[in-house]
Amino acid sequence: MIAVAQSLQSEVVAALATVVDPELDQPITDLGFVRSIRIDRTGVTVHLRLPTSFCAPNFAYLMASDAVDALRRVPDVGKVTVLLDDHHDSDKINAGLAADAGYVGTFGSEAEQDLDELRRIFQRKAHTAAMERSVMALLRSTGTTVEQLPGLTLGQLPGGSHKDALLRRRAAIGLGIRPDDLVLVDDDGVPVPPDAVPARLRFAKAVRISVEGNAHFCRGLLATRYDNEPGGLITDTRRTT
Amino acid sequence: MYEKNGEKYFIVDAHIALWDARAANQKNIHGKQFIDCFYDYHKNLSPEEEVWDYDTYTYYGGQRLLKDLFEDGYVDHAIFQPAILSDFYVNGFGQTEDALALTRANPGKLTYNHAWDPRHAEAGLEQLRKDAARMNLQGVKLYTAEWYGDSRGWKLDDPWSRRYLEECLELGIKNIHVHKGPTIRPLDRDSFDVADIDKVATDYTDLNFIVEHVGLPRLEDFCWIATQEPNVYGGLAVAMPFIHTRPGYFAQIIGELLYWIGEDRILFSSDYALWTPKWLVEAFVDFQIPVELTEYAPITVEQKKKILGLNAAALYGLDVPEELRLPAGAGSREEAVAS
Repeated sequence: MIAVAQSLQSEVVAALATVVDPELDQPITDLGFVRSIRIDRTGVTVHLRLPTSFCAPNFAYLMASDAVDALRRVPDVGKVTVLLDDHHDSDKINAGLAADAGYVGTFGSEAEQDLDELRRIFQRKAHTAAMERSVMALLRSTGTTVEQLPGLTLGQLPGGSHKDALLRRRAAIGLGIRPDDLVLVDDDGVPVPPDAVPARLRFAKAVRISVEGNAHFCRGLLATRYDNEPGGLITDTRRTT
Repeated sequence: MYEKNGEKYFIVDAHIALWDARAANQKNIHGKQFIDCFYDYHKNLSPEEEVWDYDTYTYYGGQRLLKDLFEDGYVDHAIFQPAILSDFYVNGFGQTEDALALTRANPGKLTYNHAWDPRHAEAGLEQLRKDAARMNLQGVKLYTAEWYGDSRGWKLDDPWSRRYLEECLELGIKNIHVHKGPTIRPLDRDSFDVADIDKVATDYTDLNFIVEHVGLPRLEDFCWIATQEPNVYGGLAVAMPFIHTRPGYFAQIIGELLYWIGEDRILFSSDYALWTPKWLVEAFVDFQIPVELTEYAPITVEQKKKILGLNAAALYGLDVPEELRLPAGAGSREEAVAS
């Protein structure tokens, strides 16, 4: 029984680790946004927290509802409850999550459409940043030149965390991940023309700096707000019964 | 004026506030959440010895402001950029009458910018005309994320907003400072989206649009827009204190801004009282792009002089003493994408 229970804990944590802050392109478990996890006989209750009360409610809702979806995919987890703490819209968001109201149902007249397009905007930014990281690492570590980049394929990228990240982000926006697919493509998969490559890379760098900077900022604010209180505290009463 | 190594810098703090966030002025829980959020920014990004106690932070008053800026902070001129937030605070967050009185009592040292909100429609336009005359407005600070009844924000290219911008042209209010912040309606849009600035900057070329905190957290979108639109500027509010906590990241921000929009359209500000200007000015004058960031050229004394004050002085027509100006003929290096 204990082995089973421990695996439930790790499955719950693994499920939460699939939830990404769209702006920061990092898992909520790494960012410290998971405040606590409680597993009992009936189910799992997860409290989330964010760097400020005024973090955008659309992103807040997106992460919380993604957490619900991810947890529900864990076998035998039981009832899933996700609560967002200390946010200016906590009551509204928590009520919406509890009622499975969906985004539009949660925010009523304040929301006009689903969050799909918003999510896509940030998936595209994440892809752009991941592409820049991969390409710059290649330029720094090998004799590859900028002139060779238009023909660069995924298969020519060295394996490792940069490439893995790039493949995940390509898959997220529907781009190919075969070894002979070109690396330098726009958000729709159209190859970047050779004369546009330097400018595309330069803009991609600005995107990466922006995304990384936001993460510095949010991590710092979260630590200050919660006085460095560690997140991810797990209590599991199912395990001992 | 700040002097170091024989160089003299004219300092304009382009974004300051005089606020009252004491409990008695809080209208609801959001008033408390808002100042707590500010205080976390202050605590997280200030050097330890510059951190204020919470009570002082909620209300510091005009005399403390004068001391922090003009006695201790090297500031020659400062510009009020108020956030009114009337849905959160009984008498507003920014203290309009106190700031105005302070401006009048210190001629030449302070500029008071006011705010408008297009959701007040015709009545707000009439108020803007009165405010422009009474307050001698040269600029406004717009807070597109401000709550108003059920609405959590608006866009610069909304039809009513355009009418207000046209009125600004009529009234000679040339400097439109825009704060992009969280929460906006409809919520399914990106609340930090700067695309509306692109539209109005194209349509109102006689207005200057100063995007506060250089569009962060959308630095790249801001840079892209500013590259296309010569009348878009970047204010360094909120970005500045990274010089202490994350100098490497600060270097990248400044490097990107100089690359994309150039040295003539970046404005220093402390965002007082989020932070205080003294340590920021000292740190910025001492700052250099780290050598390992080989993609960026070193930042020059001339560029620092422009960013710390001369750029804002040009926007607001401030009289810069002869000895603090750049030598005649010192133009920009014309290397930015935008030039």
